[in-house]
Amino acid sequence: MALDVVDQSATAGSDAVGNPSPIRRLLRPLLRWEGGLALVLVISVVGGSLLSPEFLTASNIFNLQLSIGEIAIMALPLTLIIISGEIDLSVASTLGLSSSVLGYLWLHHWSMGLIIIVVLALGALLGLFNGLLVTRLGLPSLAVTIGTLTLYSGIALIVLGSTIVSNFPLSYTNIGVNSVPGVDLSYSMLIFFILAILAAVLAHYTSFGRSIYAIGSSPEAAAYAGIRVKRVKTILFVLSGVVCALAGILFTFRLSTAEYNNGSGLELNAVSISLLAGVSIFGGRGTIVGVVLSVATLGVIQNALLLTSFPQQAMGVVIGGLLLVSVFVPNISLLRNYLRSRRLRSNAALVDDAGSNG
Amino acid sequence: MKKTLSSLLLVGVSSVALVACGTTSSSSTTASGSSTSGSSSSGSSTSAKNVKVFVIPKQLGNSYFTTADSVKSGGALAAVQQLGATGSETSGNASTPSAQLPAIQAAISQGAKALVISATDPTALCPTLDAAMKKGVTVVTYDSDAPTCRTLFINQASTAQIGTSEVDLLAKQIHDTGQIAIVSASASSTNQNQWIGYMKQELKKYPKMQLVSIVYGNDDPATATQVTQGLLQQYPNLKGIISPTTVGIAAAAALLDTPQYRGKIALTGLGTPDEMKKYVADGTVQSFELWNPANLGYLAGYAAVELATHKITNKQGTTFTAGKLGKFTIGADHTILLGPPYVFTKANINNFNF
Amino acid sequence: MSTAIESSTQPVSASPVVPAERRATSLILRAREFGIFGVLFLFVLFTSIAQPRFLSLQNIKFILIDTTVFALLAIGETLVIVSRNVDLSVGSVLGVAAFVSSNLYQIDPGISIIVVFAVGIGVGLACGLGNGILVAFGKVPSLVVTLATLYIIRGLDVLIVGGNQVVANALPSSFLAVASGSVLGIPVISIIVAAMVLLAAYYLRNFRSGRDLYAIGSNPSAAQLVGIPTSKRVLIAFVISGALAGLAGVIWASYYGTINSTAGNGYELQVVAAVVVGGVAIFGGSGSVVGAAIGALLLNTINSALYVLGVSAFWDQAIAGLLLLVAISLDKGIASYLAKVLRGRSRNHGA
Repeated sequence: MALDVVDQSATAGSDAVGNPSPIRRLLRPLLRWEGGLALVLVISVVGGSLLSPEFLTASNIFNLQLSIGEIAIMALPLTLIIISGEIDLSVASTLGLSSSVLGYLWLHHWSMGLIIIVVLALGALLGLFNGLLVTRLGLPSLAVTIGTLTLYSGIALIVLGSTIVSNFPLSYTNIGVNSVPGVDLSYSMLIFFILAILAAVLAHYTSFGRSIYAIGSSPEAAAYAGIRVKRVKTILFVLSGVVCALAGILFTFRLSTAEYNNGSGLELNAVSISLLAGVSIFGGRGTIVGVVLSVATLGVIQNALLLTSFPQQAMGVVIGGLLLVSVFVPNISLLRNYLRSRRLRSNAALVDDAGSNG
Repeated sequence: MKKTLSSLLLVGVSSVALVACGTTSSSSTTASGSSTSGSSSSGSSTSAKNVKVFVIPKQLGNSYFTTADSVKSGGALAAVQQLGATGSETSGNASTPSAQLPAIQAAISQGAKALVISATDPTALCPTLDAAMKKGVTVVTYDSDAPTCRTLFINQASTAQIGTSEVDLLAKQIHDTGQIAIVSASASSTNQNQWIGYMKQELKKYPKMQLVSIVYGNDDPATATQVTQGLLQQYPNLKGIISPTTVGIAAAAALLDTPQYRGKIALTGLGTPDEMKKYVADGTVQSFELWNPANLGYLAGYAAVELATHKITNKQGTTFTAGKLGKFTIGADHTILLGPPYVFTKANINNFNF
Repeated sequence: MSTAIESSTQPVSASPVVPAERRATSLILRAREFGIFGVLFLFVLFTSIAQPRFLSLQNIKFILIDTTVFALLAIGETLVIVSRNVDLSVGSVLGVAAFVSSNLYQIDPGISIIVVFAVGIGVGLACGLGNGILVAFGKVPSLVVTLATLYIIRGLDVLIVGGNQVVANALPSSFLAVASGSVLGIPVISIIVAAMVLLAAYYLRNFRSGRDLYAIGSNPSAAQLVGIPTSKRVLIAFVISGALAGLAGVIWASYYGTINSTAGNGYELQVVAAVVVGGVAIFGGSGSVVGAAIGALLLNTINSALYVLGVSAFWDQAIAGLLLLVAISLDKGIASYLAKVLRGRSRNHGA
């Protein structure tokens, strides 16, 4: 365990700063983690289509997109937050509160355009609140966002109470259930892909992105290097809030229902996507490509299992098992190195080196 | 008064029916089943053989729905099997629309001819269910309705009757006098809010009974316990509690099951006999009510197959015989009423196992 | 002596002479607990002014019983978090232990209560052992491992339970009395759990293996280098956390009497919240079991107060969330203030 912490931050450190060849830097994780994920994805697609003739039908793949769309969208900014070494557990409550406010304002005859602007702004505000508590008061984000998880869904209960709003016009709810004209793509998946591209550019090709990785690897070193750690983290939380509000709008349209407990309990699903994507919970490591693959893998496996006679009660066992396998595979080489070096009676410091470069 | 009398009468009749169905042998159910399909088959109806029925409760692993759905208990799948169709149960692992929807969609992808659904939300499933109905899938809801997007709803008991009868049950126990409170499920639960609405109306008949608080236990035992504790402290003169949710009433009963509260604070509502046996035996609870979940499921499964094979339509006034349960007539809003809720007391509770 | 330091829910007890350095650290530790205890005290004070019945014997009893399950989980979670890990599987472990143990009565109504408790604790221990082996020897982050086992154990629980459940009628009154029995108005179970909190605190302070957890949490690689068997220590922390979650499951079953596959759903985040409110650093290395237990007590007290005060049912969740944030912030504020004061004092001593 102890060794592991050191190893990961060391890996991440070299990822973020020192490595001389950018192409190798880009390719290496692809070979290691994302390659493994892609393999799992291919296996599950093949398995799914062998087990069920309905699996590869257009309507089924469309349903698959619908069922994971909002969670996938929320996982994108969450991934960036985790790379920076923090966590946001309030994502599902932000979705729920956004949905409730949308419903409340619709009930009070606001125009939908204005409502959407207000809801997105509200999302930014909720994210800002998280961010300020974490950066200005120096509170641990895990604790803060457990608090705001309760707070935000509590406010949603105040806003809507026992009211269920479902009289949204078809023109809006169709966005939630129809495909983008011309392609078998749901609007939520289209938005996910657009956001994924934006997030990938942001994370991998901008100085802001590099500072996210640097902060995650070592906040102190990042601060010494002149990175405004607090500001970067606050911006990430604000981004998360806005994107979760957007997910809330899509969720509301897909179910054509605004209710105070919309989306409750989805936070750990979103975290699972990020972790399955190979994002290190200690920060500093992870890619957006990984998130896309992780979304696809989870969506395909859940959907394929639903189409077979597999006992649905055991879904958790499969998802959990997948998470375990995914986190173990890259560590096997680490473990081998560790054992070999033990044999050579090298000291622990050397092991760290071997692990990070191997 | 008249209403109360008639409802009591109905309860009496149903008690006989319930006991009777408990003792019906399996051979007689098959006999009645085959005779129904034999007599009503007409040119337009299709064979049940190729009919795939998916039973989709609110959540898997919930014992109430297991009773309502399983073959063993004589629930929905028993009816489907009996009519020669193929059935299976599926759902999500949490009682939310976002967990239930993928299961519904997968069922449709697998060529479902009929869906038997307990809706996790009255409106959120509608886009999917509407699309399914357009493709010719029969949608029968049971336990919890999605009023605008189904072929038929099997109502376990009339909404008004559940609300009013629970108030009447409590009134009898506290002699029409004193402060009472309601421990509900979640704030936005449609069933609960409708029942509570009728309770408030019925309470007008009892001017000396005062509804002081409605609290929400969110169908979680720990929360239900804490909100009930809060009621006891906030209203030291509280005389009675109504909890129209099985989780809430069991949690409240466990809390009141001490010498300090037993017999001093009356508790009633909707509960399952198995969960409540101990509290009825030791006097914590005098009476509570529920319908027979297996019969509810059976009726839903039966109607779903009959509709999917075009043996019946969902028109108001349509009459059919649902195997072991006897004759039913489709009422207004494409709804069938299973019957009045059944009142469980010390005298009869040991006759039931669900 | 050390028990007095660790168990200081009344922080103003006179402590015997100890080396200056240890006194300073124990003062900080005590101060941390004092901070959270102060928040609890203020909260109880204001609530009981608004509603005197809040301090009725009956209500105190309610709060104490409600806290026991969370206090037990908080002990184990503290050991794990102090070592810079986290255990998110406690809710699922509680659930499976609650069903498997209480279901024994449905199989054999005459079974001994000791067997029931042993099985519950054993189930928990096995789960904890699994977590511990994966984390300590598999070298993977505990958050990922225990998030995975949260799903896996809950999934197995649902499979084991099937459509069945355990109902109060199947449980003997001797078992149901475990959670409800009381001596002089204080629930027996709360006294036992309080004793376990003190025991765990004593272990963390006075046993080498306990103190090692702090060293591991403060600096894992340094701990490894000075020869602390980190894997073994972390494994033991997870095993204890699992066993306590198993015990909490049996008590949960005794208290609520109706057990299906949803028992303990979502408890993991509440326990982490309680531990963090109790002043345990989420990144390891500091915090005490007593603080965590008071954290659990505070969270339950907040909930109880909102219900007893009759705050509108629509408002209490938001207020509970807000108070949680206030409690974390206050605790942090008090801690950093005290740290500043102590630093200043030691500088003066040096001069």
